[in-house]
Amino acid sequence: MAVTRDLALQFAQMLVVLLLSPLLTGFVRKVKARLLRRQGPPLLQPYRDLIRLLRKDVVLAESASWLFRAVPYIIFAATWVAASLVPTFRSGLMFSWSADLIAIIALLGSARFFLALAGLDVGTSFGGIGSSREVMIASLAEPAMLMIVFTLALVAGSTQLSTIAAYIVSGAAGLRVSFGLALPALFIVAIAENARIPVDNPATHLELTMVHEAMVLEYSGRHLALIDLSSELKLLLYVSLIACLFAPWGIAAPEADAQALALGVVSYFGKLALGGALLALFETAIAKMRVFRVPAFLGAALMLGLLATLLLFVSGTL
Amino acid sequence: MTVVYALCGVAALLAMAPAAIALSASARSTATVYGASLIVTLTLAVISLICLLGYLPRSAVTLPLGLPWLGAHFRIDALSAFFLVVVNLGGASASLFALGYGRHEHSPQRVLPFYPAYLAAMNLVVLADDAFSFLVSWEFMSLTSWALVIAHHRVAENVRAGYVYLLMAGFGTLALLLAFGLLAGGHGDYAFDAMRAAHPPMLLAGLVLALAIAGAGSKSGVVPLHAWLPLAHPAAPSHVSALMSGVMTKVAVYGFVRIVFDLLGPPDWWWGMVVLAIGGATAAMGVLYALMQHDLKRLLAYHTVENIGIIYIGLGLALAFRVHDMPLAAALAFTAALFHVFNHSIFKSLLFFGAGAVLNATGERDMEHLGGLIHRMPQTAFVFLVGCVAISALPPLNGFVSEWLTFQAILLSPQIPAWGLKFLVPAVGALLALSAALAAACFVKAFGVSFLGRARTPAAAHAQETDGNSLAAMYFLATLCLLAGILPGIILDALAPVTQSLVGSGMPHQAGLQWLSVVPIAEGRSSYNGLLVFVFVVLSGSVAAIAIHRLASGKLRRAPAWDCGYPDPSPATQYTASSFAQPIRRVYGASIFRAREIGEMPPPGSLAAARLTVELRDLIWEGAYARIAGFVGFAADRLNVLQFLTIRRYLTLVFTALVLLLLVLAIWP
Amino acid sequence: MRGNLTFDIAHLLAGSLVLVSFLQLYQARLYALLNIYALHALVLAASVAWQAFVQGAPHLYVTAAIALVFKAIVIPVVLHRIIVRLGIHREIETVVGVGPAMLAGMGLVALSMVVMLRVTPGADPLAREDLAFALSVVLLGLLMMVTRRNAVSQVVGFMSLENGLVLAATGARGMPLVVEISVAFSVLIAFIVIGIFLFRIRERFDTVDVQALDNFRGERR
Repeated sequence: MAVTRDLALQFAQMLVVLLLSPLLTGFVRKVKARLLRRQGPPLLQPYRDLIRLLRKDVVLAESASWLFRAVPYIIFAATWVAASLVPTFRSGLMFSWSADLIAIIALLGSARFFLALAGLDVGTSFGGIGSSREVMIASLAEPAMLMIVFTLALVAGSTQLSTIAAYIVSGAAGLRVSFGLALPALFIVAIAENARIPVDNPATHLELTMVHEAMVLEYSGRHLALIDLSSELKLLLYVSLIACLFAPWGIAAPEADAQALALGVVSYFGKLALGGALLALFETAIAKMRVFRVPAFLGAALMLGLLATLLLFVSGTL
Repeated sequence: MTVVYALCGVAALLAMAPAAIALSASARSTATVYGASLIVTLTLAVISLICLLGYLPRSAVTLPLGLPWLGAHFRIDALSAFFLVVVNLGGASASLFALGYGRHEHSPQRVLPFYPAYLAAMNLVVLADDAFSFLVSWEFMSLTSWALVIAHHRVAENVRAGYVYLLMAGFGTLALLLAFGLLAGGHGDYAFDAMRAAHPPMLLAGLVLALAIAGAGSKSGVVPLHAWLPLAHPAAPSHVSALMSGVMTKVAVYGFVRIVFDLLGPPDWWWGMVVLAIGGATAAMGVLYALMQHDLKRLLAYHTVENIGIIYIGLGLALAFRVHDMPLAAALAFTAALFHVFNHSIFKSLLFFGAGAVLNATGERDMEHLGGLIHRMPQTAFVFLVGCVAISALPPLNGFVSEWLTFQAILLSPQIPAWGLKFLVPAVGALLALSAALAAACFVKAFGVSFLGRARTPAAAHAQETDGNSLAAMYFLATLCLLAGILPGIILDALAPVTQSLVGSGMPHQAGLQWLSVVPIAEGRSSYNGLLVFVFVVLSGSVAAIAIHRLASGKLRRAPAWDCGYPDPSPATQYTASSFAQPIRRVYGASIFRAREIGEMPPPGSLAAARLTVELRDLIWEGAYARIAGFVGFAADRLNVLQFLTIRRYLTLVFTALVLLLLVLAIWP
Repeated sequence: MRGNLTFDIAHLLAGSLVLVSFLQLYQARLYALLNIYALHALVLAASVAWQAFVQGAPHLYVTAAIALVFKAIVIPVVLHRIIVRLGIHREIETVVGVGPAMLAGMGLVALSMVVMLRVTPGADPLAREDLAFALSVVLLGLLMMVTRRNAVSQVVGFMSLENGLVLAATGARGMPLVVEISVAFSVLIAFIVIGIFLFRIRERFDTVDVQALDNFRGERR
């Protein structure tokens, strides 16, 4: 009985993250539009976009290979598995012990590896621009993320997300300096990984201002739908991750009853809304950086993460 | 008895060398030699695997060869069994690959006699149980690989590569000779058993460590002793490059582990720090060098340097944990290092085989003359892709598991009370994370520029798929990558006897765990299940594919590339290797390589071509190697005067030497 | 540490001061630097006020007020006006790039942590770690003075160094003269700032030709 319940909850989590991610993106766009005194697209527009793309033909470049056609599925699979392992409304999911935080980050890294390859596949210069900039950004964002993981793991004594979340909820961690350093670093990394302003502009289709959009320039139809869904999933993953690590109150414990689960779901929706609104506010308030200022920006995140880890190595109470 | 079987296999390999010379006229020489090597190395691999798993006894034997009062001691214990598996697995796959690749060799008589001798030498180094046979086998290994490096001697840069290689190999052997001399002590007992029993004072032990790093480290390619590696490894034929990068560097790691972990006894407080720092620097520098290359084999050779750095990071952590009496953590770090030894030998060999296949098919090593090979050589492209994913440490393949274990070991190190390590370990952890991310970038470049896109030259446009034997070897290695990634617990359990004998403890037993997970320390602390991750990813991908093809439009049509409405028919407008690396070169290269880009634009109206020159300087070469070479040249010039003295001056020299020696004899107490 | 909120908030404020010092190192524009310095003084005021609350020492509230009024408001505004009037070049030239400066800053923080924790093994943990952070702030201020060519950024570095000293003084309990020392330091800083800029005005109005000045001094860049 408990096994079937756990299994059902794991599947519920997978479906929830899949269905909610376009809604989060639609919410962020709506808030941004309102901040700019526009009406903005309706909240459910991303769903309509996905359905429209699914119905269209795929137009494939003549020089595209089998890898180009396989990559959207690979990216989607990796991102969906990673998103399913981040606790949203309940911690201690059935398969959460199979991949810890490092493995989740590495899964996202696999997705990015294949996306960069897809950018190079057709043999145009735009794909090359996107891929080369993407790997430059990744070369700094991934180490910064790993340093943040180290900070959290050194405090909580484990790299398992559920254990970390449970530790922070229990209040044993307190308000630590290293957490205060890791939070801005995680925020910067999340911005870079999700291709938001100031690192990349998700709304533009102008060649020289884009990184992510340049890599997927040649995609169309159902492939583009899958890639868009994957990036929306990734945004949801990062917002859930920040909520789970730094604001874990309300997440249902592994042995919780229906009431706690309902509370978990409601608090999760609230955190998503808050996160989306903050992201929209931040994106509206700041301008996009020149590409070669991004390494300094991400280098700051790496330094913050390294400083937090160093403080924890030197003194266990920091 | 086991060691006798192993020695018989080695003897068979050695016998093949003169047989190859005899057969070199015949047309079937290639197939015979490589086929026989394949069979022998496969047998040796199986024997050593059975010995490692404990089903054959560990044994030693002394042969009446070599020095009369010493003999030649050979032993197979847990550590040598593991490294024998690595060596012979690499040798077997290289022989299988060469069955197809070797047919394109222009001068087989320069390669065939030395190849089995090289394999035999590597096996002998791992089997040796006294300093003399170890050093003789080591030198034999260097000499045979040197002969293979200069096999294509008509190319000038190969000859130069061979020259630098010989110099560095000689330097390495000298360092190891001194190290063994110090270990043997005053009475000159060179057997490893005697060295193990003797406990040298700490100062001497520190000196031996430094010499071991210089000797074994230079052979494995630690920075700054790595300079020969990217010259020599690409110069050799591709299956030999795979052996040199994938296997010989591991034999050098074996030498280091044998001296430092086995023969030297309890470590001193600073040993772990030195090895850790060297490992971190090597990893970062190796991958940065690799990113700047556009020659495929040179990129792979520099990348070997990075992976050796990762192995040394694990070894340094193991030493640090040992000093502070944390056996479980030391076992974890040591196992991570050994697992990476195994992983790297597999995927580096796979990648070099792919490069060799490309070289055979197109005649080009330069990535900027390739492109679009995924259409012409689909199977080679697929296995090369598996190798790239594995080496970039991406789940669910094997590279990720050894990196994950190293990270877990780093997370255990705050418990070490040494203050120097509290500084050093976070820095090295950041360097490790940085090199992992840069490695992924490097292999996106390597695969993307060579195999994807459109063909940049006619040679690439007319490439043919590789032959069956080479593909079989590559598929075999790719399957091993996948299996080692999904079922790492089996390998971790196989490594337990090695760590038990050298570090005093093994990792927790993995075989009985639920769903074949890997739990390095304790269940609640961290765990990883490669199989489940792989199954989930495959399932999600399949569900998505099925759902999409049911619900969405299945239609597809081909058209010219969109390219924002301005498609350019010339394949020269694609990104090249240098342009792909430009952002990274700009971020990291300006300080480390003094990278400069000089663009010369012709004046308006002129039809001349624009030119972009990228200048990179190898600061280690200029600062260390060129300086030493310059100094040697300077000293030699000065000493040249001694060639042209008069007879009276020569007599004065002899007279002065005689008087000095008599003085010393008179004064010495 | 577990569940001890006062401990945590004091550490958090001290750590934020270190973070703001790093932010100062990162800045490339002069106005942004002045804003960050105002933030630095604000965080210092909050930290001192919290110490006043925790230690029950009312004279520290006065120090906090001085920091807030003088350093967070008056001095940045005055510097802003001076920069506008003298037309000082608004970009900060650095001797070393941002990357190496940040790396050096990290090394300095690690060094001060290790030194403080080794040298005071028996003291009160709250005071020890706050002192370590204060030493980091002092060293980061010095780093800023050493790696910037612009006079204003050197002044800002000096003032953030002094902020670190104030943090150290409040962290270690029992210093009744803190109020007087704070006022004296602030006045001293004000005089130094005015002095530097008077010198610069004299320099600027004495000759317009920098080349001639360079030749006269016989120095080559």
